[in-house]
Amino acid sequence: MHGHVDYATFLHQISGFLGSYYLILALMNAILAFYLWNSGKATTLFRVAGFPFTTATLWLLVAVAFTIISPLAMSGDARWVVFISIPQPLRDFSNWLLGPVVYSVGGLVLFVVLFLGRKFFVKPMVAWTILILAMLFMGLAMTDPNFAEIVTKPDNVPIVGLIFLLGFFTWLATAKAVENDERARQGLPPTEKLDDEKVLVWPDLVYTELICMVAVTALLLFWGLMLQAPLEEPASSVKTPNPSKAPWYFLGLQEMLVYYDPWMAGVVLPSMVVFGLMAIPYLDFNKQGNGYYTIEQRKFAYIMFQFGFFLLWIMLIIMGTFLRGPNWNFFGLFETWDPHKVEALNNVNLSEYFWVKMLNMPLPRPSPTDGALRSFFTYILRELPGIVLLVGYFTVIPPALVLFSKFFRELFLKMGFVRYMVLNNLLLMMMLLPLKMVLRWSPLNLKYFIAYPEFLLNF
Amino acid sequence: MPPIGEMIRESQIWKSIFRHPMPTDRRNRIVVMLTNFFLHLHPVSIKKQGIALSYTWCMGGVTFFLFLVETVTGVLLMFYYRPTLEWAYNDILALRDVTSLGILREIHRWGAHAMVITVWLHMYRVFLTGSYKPPREFNWVIGVILLLLTLLLSFTGYLLPWDQLAIWAITVGSNMARATPVLGYEGPGAPLLSVDGLDMITSASDARFGLLGARFVGEETLNRFYVLHCVAIPLGVSLLLAIHFWRVRKDGGISGPL
Repeated sequence: MHGHVDYATFLHQISGFLGSYYLILALMNAILAFYLWNSGKATTLFRVAGFPFTTATLWLLVAVAFTIISPLAMSGDARWVVFISIPQPLRDFSNWLLGPVVYSVGGLVLFVVLFLGRKFFVKPMVAWTILILAMLFMGLAMTDPNFAEIVTKPDNVPIVGLIFLLGFFTWLATAKAVENDERARQGLPPTEKLDDEKVLVWPDLVYTELICMVAVTALLLFWGLMLQAPLEEPASSVKTPNPSKAPWYFLGLQEMLVYYDPWMAGVVLPSMVVFGLMAIPYLDFNKQGNGYYTIEQRKFAYIMFQFGFFLLWIMLIIMGTFLRGPNWNFFGLFETWDPHKVEALNNVNLSEYFWVKMLNMPLPRPSPTDGALRSFFTYILRELPGIVLLVGYFTVIPPALVLFSKFFRELFLKMGFVRYMVLNNLLLMMMLLPLKMVLRWSPLNLKYFIAYPEFLLNF
Repeated sequence: MPPIGEMIRESQIWKSIFRHPMPTDRRNRIVVMLTNFFLHLHPVSIKKQGIALSYTWCMGGVTFFLFLVETVTGVLLMFYYRPTLEWAYNDILALRDVTSLGILREIHRWGAHAMVITVWLHMYRVFLTGSYKPPREFNWVIGVILLLLTLLLSFTGYLLPWDQLAIWAITVGSNMARATPVLGYEGPGAPLLSVDGLDMITSASDARFGLLGARFVGEETLNRFYVLHCVAIPLGVSLLLAIHFWRVRKDGGISGPL
């Protein structure tokens, strides 16, 4: 949308939106400041000459700052906008730094830090600070044409919404879980238990539903009026766009294509995801945590779910949507999508490492006179290292865990052989993706564990 | 003369439609839930915790409401839209530029995106509150199927505008089916299915062909996706939704601590 116009026109185009955006931010902070002051919940941070500087004062100042920023954005004038943009060197640094490895490992680190420090991060003021900083970043980044183009693409807008919604609801759920876990430590029932009394569905629930319906309708109307549904040129089967992307909710699968062949990324793994989701109630035998928010009482289930959902689903969708450009190359947030960007791909199969590099032998190859069966076994021999490795992965690790880990031994004893193996193999299947990512990024540049192109079986 | 509102509520017509007096006192607030078709999905009374927005996020309800919005706007859009190569794109163009209330298409598209998101958030909430635990295991399974159908609804609808965005997104998405083990002609094991050197699984007989109705995304695909999008999948979703809601009630209502 903005990519083909000069910078001044671009700034003019976004000025109205950006100016209102900062005004909304100012309003949000002003309302919070008023609420804190009015309810007496404001706490004094420090005193200036005996005059208390409270949290209400702080957010009021933030509101004032956003009010000052707003006309700068509204001006649409490059001389002013430069003050509310991320400095170019920082943008260049971010583009240089960000790649699939930094992005994924960074996501993991963030996940771990948020999880371990959850008691701190759920504090309303901390969460609010993070929200305001995230929104400020969005605003500052918006003056970059490359960033703006990808974020304001009509079909990408829902994903921006998804990021903020997920952030909000994860905060809400974690705050409740932290509170319930604290109460459990003191021997108290979860907060959900406190509202045990029964109320009539009419009016209490029916009215809530009505208000929700009105709110959703209003939102849809507003969204529909503000943003036109995309309609590109008429379909043409000869003009392939670059990049060609699936609908956003399938971009996690498309991203997996970098590491797996389509039969895995597009068929087997999604089927396993669906099967695994369905199996959850039959694998999670923990009776605690039914009907209330908690983390401590079901830590293993919680971590496994969040790992799969956030890191292997949402993070991949965000990467596939915002950071993958022409030829599915990785592009930084502020980078121009250049279709001529070249990335070296020198991926090597495991069989080649084993036979050629370790044993200094050529790859086993059937001679032209060999029959079908003999050729078949020659190929099996060639791929034996990968086959042994994968069969071992799925069959040796589960019993090994029982032997060496107390936690898994208890799981095994409680679940029985079949359920334990199903759970373990589902989790191992899930872990195979990050494992393969790491092996691909490592100096090994691993392409396939098993490369069996003769039967279209590459793994 | 009594007030006009009271006259209406006392009339034979009103009474024949609603079967119960206005729910203004306790007795009638109970009666209304039992005798009204649309309300009888609900119980009469419910634990306060079960309707707290901070607990349920109302995401299941919003998802259902979005499904209704999609159905209504979808039916209206069907009046304007013809799923043929000749007309599909032009009809959408007309919806954008000419037709009054062309905003229906915007509402339909953004509602579809929103529905995918709200389904995810609903499942996220159900997981985080452990609400899939006994006795609600099977309702979670139905929920997973509904998730899948929601994605398929969105996916099949994506093709209908018949623009570059549509055709290539569906091409990329459906190319995966080509690699289905054994059943896709580029899938592992497919070369094994050959008789006297004649392949049984070809680009004209594999899983992708079944999905597209052709070897590439073309008019047959448009027709196939149109029927799936407007008839087949919504029927399946409706049936599963009914079971889903019924099971919520039968499995002990909305979840909560025991």
